[in-house]
Amino acid sequence: MSNAVAIADARANRVGHQLYAGRARAILERSLIALRSSTWVPVATGFVEPVLYLLAFGYGMGELIGNVTLGDKTIDYTVFIAPGLLATSAMNGAIYDSTWNVFFKLNESKLYQGMLATPLGPLDVALGEIIWALFRGLSYAIAFLAITAPLGLVPGVSAVLAIPAAVFIAFGFASFGMAITSYFKTYQQMGMINIVLLPLFLFSGSLYPISVYPDWLEFLIQLMPSWHGIELVRDVWFGNFDSGTLLHIFYFLVMIICGLYFTTRRLRDLFMR
Amino acid sequence: MSEALISARGLTKRYGDFTAVDAIDFDVAKGESFGLLGPNGAGKSTTMRIIAATSQRTSGTITILGRDPEEHGPQIRAHLGVVPQQDNLDTELTVTENLFIYGRYFGLGKRFIRTKIEELLEFAQLEEKRDVKVDALSGGMKRRLTIARALVSEPDILMLDEPTTGLDPQARHILWDRLFRLKELGVTLVITTHFMDEAEQLCDRLVVMDKGKIMAEGSPLELIKTYSTKEVLEVRFGSDRNKEIAPTLRAMCSRMEELPDRILMYVEDGEALLEEILNKKLHPTTSLVRRSSLEDVFLRLTGRTLIE
Ligand SMILES: Nc1ncnc2c1ncn2[C@@H]1O[C@H](COP(=O)(O)OP(=O)(O)OP(=O)(O)O)[C@@H](O)[C@H]1O
Ligand SMILES: [Mg+2]
Repeated sequence: MSNAVAIADARANRVGHQLYAGRARAILERSLIALRSSTWVPVATGFVEPVLYLLAFGYGMGELIGNVTLGDKTIDYTVFIAPGLLATSAMNGAIYDSTWNVFFKLNESKLYQGMLATPLGPLDVALGEIIWALFRGLSYAIAFLAITAPLGLVPGVSAVLAIPAAVFIAFGFASFGMAITSYFKTYQQMGMINIVLLPLFLFSGSLYPISVYPDWLEFLIQLMPSWHGIELVRDVWFGNFDSGTLLHIFYFLVMIICGLYFTTRRLRDLFMR
Repeated sequence: MSEALISARGLTKRYGDFTAVDAIDFDVAKGESFGLLGPNGAGKSTTMRIIAATSQRTSGTITILGRDPEEHGPQIRAHLGVVPQQDNLDTELTVTENLFIYGRYFGLGKRFIRTKIEELLEFAQLEEKRDVKVDALSGGMKRRLTIARALVSEPDILMLDEPTTGLDPQARHILWDRLFRLKELGVTLVITTHFMDEAEQLCDRLVVMDKGKIMAEGSPLELIKTYSTKEVLEVRFGSDRNKEIAPTLRAMCSRMEELPDRILMYVEDGEALLEEILNKKLHPTTSLVRRSSLEDVFLRLTGRTLIE
């Protein structure tokens, strides 16, 4: 197939061809080209942040706290917080790419409008942007493992699964983040995202088990995606697979699907209605 | 007229209670350069977006290359090159990167696009700016790049929404020249504008739109013939005297328009009329005889000027 018309016509009878042209990778290609000339500062801070937390809390506070009991095991505090910090940085990275960056492209540069004037559909744009956002989660996870393994903080081989787990939860947060952003019109609304996120991450059990909370608060936190993300990474980190792990996976599957659905719908309503 | 590439009947677009496009009919033939001329808010951009399958009509029918945009949006968009009213170039990318990635959105091969880029840079006279980021381009260059970008997929129809608004005269003329070339190559052009000179220069045929409706249709020449006289005499007496003298002038011509700053008199022979006025010792402060233009057609049809 050589020309634009033949390429588009070939898909004319597929289900959902108005929404998806099968070319999310063109959007990824665009991000890759843009990355070449962009600054690396936010990426770098994302790498450094969890490591700094690990040093400050693990080696600082860890001296005071000593050990934590997790199920029937007793583990060193620094080891305990490592997966939580990894999960948090993966989620934060995904959110950064799928909120502020998306907001700019949506409202300032009108980039999506330009993309959707081509045969691309809203699902191409949504998928392309969300998948791009989770690359950050992937790179953070790899870097974090590379730093923590030599420090003896990685308890076993199953911890390698933290890489796909981090990507998976990043996917959930990126879909959800982009969906929410697509409904936001002002910078004030965008600012709210940060206000909500900080406590969400602080209180979701990355630094201590949430069993210290009163029951009602523990229950509330257990509804939050950040808690499921942290728990999922912690499960694979320590190799504690149980029905809880499945629940976390299910939670994120729902999040990914809902996020994609609402993002696609919103892009269509904004630029194609 | 040969086969219609675009055909609309009773095309309507409502936003809530507000009717932006009100039951319009038109056809665009292959190879034609078709214009939508109208003032702000006439519904030009809305009509363009419906043709470009990026906005859904409320009622009526429209086919583009025989297809309904509601069912075949992506297939129709593959045939079109779109130049929106406001540039939406990718500001994070350079000139060539913009052209490249746009081709990729259409699914085109990298090798094909790279060859195409050279051709387009030459066409848009942007060879020297090839590795420059979009933000560093002038308004005219951005516009030319947007047009070049729209051509990367070798479209059958090029949709231009106010291609030269905001450009200086020189930049406009460069753009017009490029658009003429495309026309010669057989690309069908759909152009919106609120500049009558642009419509006269570029359009084989046009519709005059106002408040969502089509007021008239034809070639620029036909429209002028039908709705105006051969010449126009513009006279100014100063804002207070205009009113006082107007009745006398009205009796001297077939039609007259009083604008806030000047009086327009429609006649076949402007010089002769001016003679007559001067003979009556009316002494306008300024006077100008010119040929009728689409501006006069618009004034006749709506009682308002195109650019407020
Ligand atoms: N998304 C929208 N929601 C509500 N009203 C809209 C929307 N888009 C356009 N309109 C209204 O529809 C009318 C026609 O708008 P349109 O942009 O088509 O005009 P236009 O002829 O292109 O004008 P201009 O010369 O200013 O570009 C305007 O009154 C505008 O306010
Ligand atoms: Mg417009």
